[in-house]
Amino acid sequence: MNKESAAALKGKKKQIMETWMGNQTKDAALRDDLMSVAELQQQSEEFLNSLLKAFASPQADDTDSAGYEPIHDILNEISISRARQGFSPRETSSYILSLKEVLSHTLEERFREEPATLYKEIISMNKIMDSLSLLTTETYIKGREEVILRQTNEMSEISTPVIRVWEGILALPIIGTLDSARTQVVMEALLEEIVATGSRIAILDISGVPTVDSLVAQHLIKTVSAARLMGAECIISGIRAEIAQTIVHLGIDLTNIYTKASLASALKMSFSMLNIQVTKAAPNAQLGSKQNFGF
Amino acid sequence: MERIPILKMGPFLLVTIQVDLYDRLALTLENDLINMVSKTEAKGVLIDISAVSIVDSFMGRILGNIASMSKIMDAATVVVGMQPAVAITLVELGLTLSGVHTALDVEQGMELLRNKIGQLEQDEEGLYDSFI
Repeated sequence: MNKESAAALKGKKKQIMETWMGNQTKDAALRDDLMSVAELQQQSEEFLNSLLKAFASPQADDTDSAGYEPIHDILNEISISRARQGFSPRETSSYILSLKEVLSHTLEERFREEPATLYKEIISMNKIMDSLSLLTTETYIKGREEVILRQTNEMSEISTPVIRVWEGILALPIIGTLDSARTQVVMEALLEEIVATGSRIAILDISGVPTVDSLVAQHLIKTVSAARLMGAECIISGIRAEIAQTIVHLGIDLTNIYTKASLASALKMSFSMLNIQVTKAAPNAQLGSKQNFGF
Repeated sequence: MERIPILKMGPFLLVTIQVDLYDRLALTLENDLINMVSKTEAKGVLIDISAVSIVDSFMGRILGNIASMSKIMDAATVVVGMQPAVAITLVELGLTLSGVHTALDVEQGMELLRNKIGQLEQDEEGLYDSFI
């Protein structure tokens, strides 16, 4: 891109801005539910200013040069914020591509008499704009990936809470499929909590695990063994009929592990292991205490 | 040479490992401990490894050896205070220390040993009764 086109574009800045904004607001893809027009206007103006400055720089054709740095920052910010707001990748990159059309018209007006120059200038402008548009797509994907990664982490943390159900008894309801990475999280969370609370029994409830294959069973056995090494005993509860069937068909040996059908029976078993007795209070005593309230 | 102290507490022996066990030290401990069991006729051995942060298969084997040897000498072994990371490592190594009793801390380990001794005495009495 030569100095003349940069100057021409700069001179028509106001007009370019108006046409571009007009195109954008006319465009059906504009998501005014996600972003206000005023916000868009401000963003676009900032971008156009930096772009025209970069066009005037000595290395205008190289989008990796220092002159384009502020543009990269602006575009990064725009695409990451759009990825979070839920724009589609097409909507994000068409933001840049829509400017291309306006710039082409401006260049056409300026170099109407010199087709050769016009052709050269349009090609170089296209190159720059395409590379910037690719940059937005790239950053958009990066932003999306960050969102996904964060959600994955949150999900694996949320879905494995360690609950203290009684003094000395922990419960760990596992929800979702157990893979190696999650088992590690589950195992660590459980063992840390055993140390922190000094619990002697941990109940692993797998009612929320859709399928148990040999790998999942192996992970569970590992967790039980690790807890045993530390001096705590594990009870696996919530084994459904179909899961019991799979386990037997797969030939998995769970004979050294305490298993119970429901969390309630596992809790009962823990009570007897810790010599805890829970009895119903006498009905009379409860009535008596109610009368004592004086109503 | 560095040695790990072995304390006698009534019918039990108490070992607290406060340093990371290197192989030679572990072997010395094994040797000392078995001699001590034989000398004091201890009924139980309590090994506290709460300060140990690194463990390898060798140390796992030593712990297993101590347990089997003590068992032959009629003493129960309890390992207490294993760190989560150590437990995970041992399991990943495939060592489940099947002959070793475990407890969360020294207090619970002592209680476990006392129960074991109580059981042993009951069994012996039963044996004696049936003998008469």
